[in-house]
Amino acid sequence: MFKRILIANRGEIACRVIKTARRMGIETVAVYSEADRDALHVEMADHAVLIGPPAASESYLVIEKIIAACKQTGAEAVHPGYGFLSEREAFAVALAEAGIVFIGPNPGAIAAMGDKIESKKAAAAANVSTVPGHLGVITDGKHAIKIADEIGYPVMIKASAGGGGKGMRIAYSTSEVEEGFGLATAEAKSSFGDDRIFIEKFIVDPRHIEIQVLGDKHGNVIYLGERECSIQRRNQKVIEEAPSPLLDEATRRKMGDQAVALAKAVHYDSAGTVEFVAGQDKSFYFLEMNTRLQVEHPVTEMVTGVDLVEQMIRVAAGEKLSIAQKDVTLKGWAVESRVYAEDPFRNFLPSIGRLVKYRPPAESSSDGITVRNDTGVQEGGEIAIYYDPMIAKLVTHAPSRAAAIEAQAHALDSFYIDGIRHNIPFLSALMTHPRWREGNLSTGFIAEEFPQGFAAREPEGDIARRIAAVGAAIDRVIGERKRKISGQMIGRAVIRERRRSVWLERAEIPLDVTREGEDFVVRFVGADGALGQPHLLVSPWMPGDPVWQGTIDGYPIAVQVRPIPNGVRLAHQGYEVAVNVFTEREASSARWMLVGNKADTGKKVLCPMPGLVVSIAVTEGQEVKTGETLAVVEAMKMQNVLRAERDGTVKKIHATAGATLAVDAVILEFA
Amino acid sequence: MKHILEALDDRRAAAKLGGGEKRIDAQHNRGRLTARERIDLLLDKHSFEEMDMFVQHRSTEFGMENSKIPGDGVVTGWGTVNGRKTFVFAKDFTVFGGSLSETHAAKITKIQDMALKARAPIIGLYDAGGARIQEGVAALAGYSYVFRRVVQASGVIPQISVIMGPCAGGDVYAPAMTDFIFMVKNTSYMFVTGPDVVKTVTNEVVTAEELGGASIHATRSSIADGAFENDVETLLQMRRLLDFLPSNSTDGVPEWPSFDDIEREDFSLDTLIPDNPNKPYDMKELILKVVDEGDFFELSESFAKNIVTGFGRIAGRTVGFVANQPMVLAGVLDSDASRKAARFVRFCDAFNIPIVTFVDVPGFLPGTAQEYGGLIKHGAKLLFAFSQCTVPLVTVITRKAYGGAFDVMASKEIGADINYAWPTAQIAVMGAKGAVEIIFRQDIGDADKIAARTKEYEDRFLSPFIAAERGYIDDVIMPHATRRRIARALAMLRDKHVEVPFKKHDNMPL
Repeated sequence: MFKRILIANRGEIACRVIKTARRMGIETVAVYSEADRDALHVEMADHAVLIGPPAASESYLVIEKIIAACKQTGAEAVHPGYGFLSEREAFAVALAEAGIVFIGPNPGAIAAMGDKIESKKAAAAANVSTVPGHLGVITDGKHAIKIADEIGYPVMIKASAGGGGKGMRIAYSTSEVEEGFGLATAEAKSSFGDDRIFIEKFIVDPRHIEIQVLGDKHGNVIYLGERECSIQRRNQKVIEEAPSPLLDEATRRKMGDQAVALAKAVHYDSAGTVEFVAGQDKSFYFLEMNTRLQVEHPVTEMVTGVDLVEQMIRVAAGEKLSIAQKDVTLKGWAVESRVYAEDPFRNFLPSIGRLVKYRPPAESSSDGITVRNDTGVQEGGEIAIYYDPMIAKLVTHAPSRAAAIEAQAHALDSFYIDGIRHNIPFLSALMTHPRWREGNLSTGFIAEEFPQGFAAREPEGDIARRIAAVGAAIDRVIGERKRKISGQMIGRAVIRERRRSVWLERAEIPLDVTREGEDFVVRFVGADGALGQPHLLVSPWMPGDPVWQGTIDGYPIAVQVRPIPNGVRLAHQGYEVAVNVFTEREASSARWMLVGNKADTGKKVLCPMPGLVVSIAVTEGQEVKTGETLAVVEAMKMQNVLRAERDGTVKKIHATAGATLAVDAVILEFA
Repeated sequence: MKHILEALDDRRAAAKLGGGEKRIDAQHNRGRLTARERIDLLLDKHSFEEMDMFVQHRSTEFGMENSKIPGDGVVTGWGTVNGRKTFVFAKDFTVFGGSLSETHAAKITKIQDMALKARAPIIGLYDAGGARIQEGVAALAGYSYVFRRVVQASGVIPQISVIMGPCAGGDVYAPAMTDFIFMVKNTSYMFVTGPDVVKTVTNEVVTAEELGGASIHATRSSIADGAFENDVETLLQMRRLLDFLPSNSTDGVPEWPSFDDIEREDFSLDTLIPDNPNKPYDMKELILKVVDEGDFFELSESFAKNIVTGFGRIAGRTVGFVANQPMVLAGVLDSDASRKAARFVRFCDAFNIPIVTFVDVPGFLPGTAQEYGGLIKHGAKLLFAFSQCTVPLVTVITRKAYGGAFDVMASKEIGADINYAWPTAQIAVMGAKGAVEIIFRQDIGDADKIAARTKEYEDRFLSPFIAAERGYIDDVIMPHATRRRIARALAMLRDKHVEVPFKKHDNMPL
């Protein structure tokens, strides 16, 4: 076995590889760019080597620098993670030439699967199911019908030179093929000057299902079940699970056997993934093979109990696979959410900045529920513009799919991040989505269910009452402490009122809250004014805690707490709402307060001091939100970030980067 | 007998109706509460003891003798805020527009005298039209009585003014001399002369909001120390503020049990200072991570944002924070920042609130605008204020402490008790480039030499260790240990006692 390996990657995957290596007693070497000096993977590794400037093309992607780092530290092998150099044949070759082991497949396998057309040919040769179609020239409509009849409906008629949907038709019948062929040909000719057409099977509501394979250098290959990754946003996977709710045992075995056949055909000797597109009827067709460890590999690890990184290291060192196909059993269900530094409320724009607070849920395993968090960042870290915006993968494993989803929703509620925008509200909303819970998936899920994108929602019904009850319990803790302030007048205790009106923004929820020992009892006031059933809230929450962890009537709840004037902002299951817990007299006064009568705070952004405009961060016509960076002005050799003090649209930009401005010069104007 | 008791009830009911239901409705429709509703929200339930409910004016001019309303436009009394006694007067806009008469002023001075005697804070809620013109000089004299009492009580009990509607003419000067002014956004304004007079005299056309709304006074004029969304939010925030304030100049800060461990270390602070020395960072993150439970009451948040002032707690006891803010104008000291911080420091010192100062200051702001505007005198205010302090002073230099600004920002030599620096601190007369160009003027043409000299200067001076070697700072501390170190320093200094030579009063640069 290796004494020391180098991880040619960063972020969560570097950390994840280091963890396994450490458990195996192998020393680790991290590489890092100048932007990653304080990164978690550098801190975790036994040794670290600086390999250049922040841009990946000058650091993480430079083969020579990785090899030099290996030589400098005496690393015997390199784990490439995913992305960066992981699927570069040249990298595997260069390492081999330098006498360093590549913890991944042999260069031949990478080459064979790296080319889309070659890999399809190899798949077909290995009797792997590929999308039925006709790649030759189609002469006329009749010919098209004949081919379509052979393939089976529906079919997709596409321009060979096409792209972007132009010259593309879906046909569900003979007559539609004839008509579609004519139209597609004409469109192809006018759009691309090339009227060649091809026909292939059209898969309605496709699902993305992939098979994990594992091979060694001795010709053994096994498969470790499947993963379904149908929840995607613009081809970017968001949620993955294992196993797939679509597959039955027979289909799984068929897919697995085909994946193994393909792997064997290319002498595959590491962990890899064979991706399929599947129809709702469980038909499946080969897409491509990824010759690396996948981002979503943890769900497979959770249901099989196999550490894929360990297996990769072992087979790279020449060991024989210690697991045979018959040893592979799928146990329980695993769900993974990818946590991205991107703003779901603003069309998923990437968000950068300092992680002022970063408190992921604790990793744990009890009562059959496991929470795993593969993270590459820590509180106080910086999310930079240079790399992938994924900051963590939150994985939950439970005996059933429903329980794994429930655990995932709870873990997401406990995942507290401040300083940057992130997609946890969106992930939370997905976790509670009925169609997801039913397992009725397709790669069009997000586009179909969120056609207008994702927007903040107002809590209603049970969720609203749950949030109100937690708000009341929080207020109670804060209120009790106020009664303990020193210097009080003697002789008369302050009267604590039980009846409260909890406002979620402007929605009022009247309730009665009392203490019973360490716990709280909340009764909601019905429409008739009568008190409803008591609800018991139990939580050790104290002021300053970012998450209210507790139970309501025995059911575990996590609610994120952020202070606002006279109240708290609570976030739960993708809802986020300002909560004020008023006494009745406060509520009756609050009802008189006017909403939305904002005084005009001015439409011009002025230069606060004489200085040099370093950059303008917005463009004319752009919508900006309060707090967003508008421009950077340098003065006294210091960069000052000018931020929007209100929401609005940029009407006109008066200053340009490089300009020297006087104090109060107009930089830009809002509409 | 019974009907005699009932007569009292009737008179009370009549008094509580103020200017009548129609005027109350009008007040509500403007999004404003009545004087009694406001007091009700400010004080603990059922704790308000009203005084002079039946007082009426004695004017007989212009038919005033036929128009009398009990209370005479101001509601006065006392009650408790979380059990601590608090005096209050609230102008009642429904009664003669809240205007000040001789008897109205007498009600206020009575409660002012009582507050001073009882050594408890007094809060004035303003919503009024100014002097009652029918009373002439009697009203003007009434103002003077109120003014004089504000000054007498200054520095003895906290005095807070909350502007919740119009506040003009003679009404503005009492608030102006109290410790804090807060305003309600969009529904309050404050000016010496209103838009009509402005137009007559100067031909300038402005709205009340543009002339003296919260958006002006909380950001540009610095008259207001804060502005809140509406009456309810404002009054509840005043309760929050009072929880931070001592009742008077001798009692010391209030204390309550803290939920936050004073030993808590925060390792994210170790990466707060960016690698690039010219990159800003948010000093408020440090404050929020040092104080108990992240609870910080910021004052003058929107004015002179290059310095941050406000109250937090450590170990459950109030601490005043003064901190340069590198996010805004690089945290430079200018006239506005100096004035803002000086006034805050003096409040803390007057009321025995210990002060923690976080320093990252590149110096004083150069330029004609600042010099013509009296930067020397305004900067001297902050220097004077810190130098004069007898309360515990703990200072932490996080990054830059350059030039005279190093001295001003609660340096050891002007009287701070404990001075710490982070390893990232740079304590020097100026930055490397400027310094090298002065010291090695002869080498300016030689880029290589200058680069070498600059490196030499950076290595030697841009660190906390020269200062530490000479004892100008007491220790270099780890950022993650900041809360613990401050908490221990404050605990050690809790009984700090300094003798001050007798003087009538000082003569600070105004």
